[in-house]
Amino acid sequence: MTTVAQESHEPHEHGNEEHLAHHWDTPKQQFDAGKLGIWLFLTTEILLFSGLFCAYSVYRANHPEVFEYAHLYLNKWLGAVNTIVLIFSSLTMAWGVRAAQLGQKKLLVTLLGITLACGGVFMCVKFVEYKDKWSHGTLWAGEYHPHVLPGGVTKADVFGPGGAAAATPTLPNAPATQKAFDGPIFEGSTVARAPAGPAGLSAAWVEKESAREEHLSVRDTERPWTGPVPKNTQIFFSIYFLMTGLHGLHVLAGMAVIGWIMLRASRGEFGPKYFNPVDFVGLYWHVVDIVWIFLFPLLYLIH
Amino acid sequence: MTTITPDLAHSGGVPVSAGDNYLTHGRGIASWIFTLDHKRIGVMYLVSVLSAFFLGGIFAMVIRTQLINPNGAIFTDQAHFRYYNEMFTLHGAVMIFLVLIPGIPGALGNFVLPIMLGAKDVAFPRLNLGSYYLYVSGALLAILAIVVGGVETGWTFYTPYSVTTDVDKLGLGKHAVEFMVFGVFLLGFSSIFTGMNFIVTMHKLRPPGMTWFRMPLFLWAIYATSIIQVLATPVLGITLLLLIAERTLKVGIFNPAYGGDPVLFQHFFWFYSHPAVYIMILPAMGIMSEVIATFSRKHIFGYKFIALSSIAIAIIGFLVWGHHMFPNGQSTMLATIFSFLTMAVAIPSAIKVWNWLATMYRGSIDLKTPMCYAMGFLFLFAIGGLTGVFLGTLSVDVHLHDTYFVVAHFHYVMFGGTMMGFLAGIHYWWPKITGKMYNETLGRIGCVLVFIGFNLTFFPQFIRARTACRGVMPRTCRSFIRITS
Repeated sequence: MTTVAQESHEPHEHGNEEHLAHHWDTPKQQFDAGKLGIWLFLTTEILLFSGLFCAYSVYRANHPEVFEYAHLYLNKWLGAVNTIVLIFSSLTMAWGVRAAQLGQKKLLVTLLGITLACGGVFMCVKFVEYKDKWSHGTLWAGEYHPHVLPGGVTKADVFGPGGAAAATPTLPNAPATQKAFDGPIFEGSTVARAPAGPAGLSAAWVEKESAREEHLSVRDTERPWTGPVPKNTQIFFSIYFLMTGLHGLHVLAGMAVIGWIMLRASRGEFGPKYFNPVDFVGLYWHVVDIVWIFLFPLLYLIH
Repeated sequence: MTTITPDLAHSGGVPVSAGDNYLTHGRGIASWIFTLDHKRIGVMYLVSVLSAFFLGGIFAMVIRTQLINPNGAIFTDQAHFRYYNEMFTLHGAVMIFLVLIPGIPGALGNFVLPIMLGAKDVAFPRLNLGSYYLYVSGALLAILAIVVGGVETGWTFYTPYSVTTDVDKLGLGKHAVEFMVFGVFLLGFSSIFTGMNFIVTMHKLRPPGMTWFRMPLFLWAIYATSIIQVLATPVLGITLLLLIAERTLKVGIFNPAYGGDPVLFQHFFWFYSHPAVYIMILPAMGIMSEVIATFSRKHIFGYKFIALSSIAIAIIGFLVWGHHMFPNGQSTMLATIFSFLTMAVAIPSAIKVWNWLATMYRGSIDLKTPMCYAMGFLFLFAIGGLTGVFLGTLSVDVHLHDTYFVVAHFHYVMFGGTMMGFLAGIHYWWPKITGKMYNETLGRIGCVLVFIGFNLTFFPQFIRARTACRGVMPRTCRSFIRITS
């Protein structure tokens, strides 16, 4: 028995087929096997994401209000731009496979380059979104210290520049003892206002509260969420970062393999007889795309 | 000593000189570690798996020695009990992830599958080697975990304990559990790639005339195993990644302190780990079908039933994971359905056993070593399988959950089943692999010793369960320290 390392130096029955490994009879057999292999691999990729989709379903079913509230933090326009970019990159990728089949080397390299660039644009937009989350303190559960309300309303907007410090109680740090956000959270409450005076709240507190309400009413139309802030909103951001993070890693891996086949394409390795890697990388890229097509509505477009 | 006849088909049509075979063709360490030959990769797997088996056996010896004395023979006080916990965690993790899961497919499957099928190699030889190195990397990470701190979560890594526990032996930070979990993640992908490789090989590399129902039954068993490997293992992968994220970033998906749900972890974990026991047992059943037919000198009885029962086990095996969680917060309705489906697995398993017995009936039985192991399998697997039906019964399981009854049942199917089948297979194919014949007398003596020793160790555990003795604790039936389910 020969090892394949040795095999490449030895003649065998189909030595004239440059890319045909020794254990295949025909290029078609090799291509079909590769295709089945990549489909099985993509199945495992879908199953890898399925755990996260499952966690998403469980928590959304149990706490729909968390998802309806917390998704308002996401910028759906940036998400939409990314969706368009990825769908476009799938087009250029599919066209690239066609170009490889027809042996159009220059077109293939160009199309792969555009696909790679689209991946880059996607990751840049993702970086902007993550940076926003970072600056708003809306990270995963362990780092969840929001100081901005959905829609970018800050404390200064709510309390006014002067009153912010005085009116701000400490933010909840440990989610185990998570309290509702201390912003305009009681506006939607049906509980009646406590009486002021000796038996109830101090007059100073009521005064401050009234000032705050007055300020809020000005901005009321701009606030997307008027109900009480639900508990455990940190879970949404954990799921958001896990899903988009794992997807982002797959985009990076896809960019790496696209770069690799671009290099091989520029060496003129692909043509009508051998375009297998382009086809398989293309399939992988489409799956990465399709995962995002599910992520976008599930995370950004909740009603 | 005999030499394996050189096979022209496997040399790419190049005439090979007499005596030239896969063992002698290339020389030097590099010709092994960079080999793409499925036979050499199979041999490397065999050596690695048996080394891991030895290591796991040492951990088991420590556990049993500790329990010789009711107060603990080795670790005698509360401060040292964690080492006992580490021992049973390592015993479980090493035996399951490094021995039982990759053992038969990786070692024997790699070696004989292409030969039995009539293919020159597996479909993706480079992926095959990569799969082996993922296995090695996973094993090294597990060892690193022992060195830097030690893991005492149990092989199930149940949250929230696995999120909080850790020690830092070397001052490198408390990362032992992450290393272990990432090691198992890599082992999972090793398993996935092996499964993918075998599925594609069986679909695309069957030569003309080798139809599905002409394939040897070992290949049917490997095919069913590969389906489970490909479809179940990715879920373990994401579960372990989430556990790592839970520990490093504190994402809270499984941690109640952040609003997460530990039972979700159990669902995810058993969605893989129950099908995984069929990854372990199905290849051994395939070996049984080969060995029993050979040494009964008869054609296998009920070929199609055995072939399709492997597929049936693979499919039903996906729908029973909830029986690991009967007392853990699951609706009664769901538990009842899981209980019913669990018992349904007994049907295809019993179909196999009856067909093997029917093959032996009126056969000319030759008690060579592989056949001795195969008959040991029949006896032990019958006990393991039947006690599995007890455990699948909802009302009984609530009492037996976490007791030694489960430990005994599991070892009867996993050692009595998988390892007996593995040993039968190693003896059966030993001449094919090495070109040498083992000593038949020593082989039989070994088989009898394994059979008696195993029963002496594990049969009493069924009886001890009557006293509701908890399965895992450092002092025999004195304390109720309960670490894992």
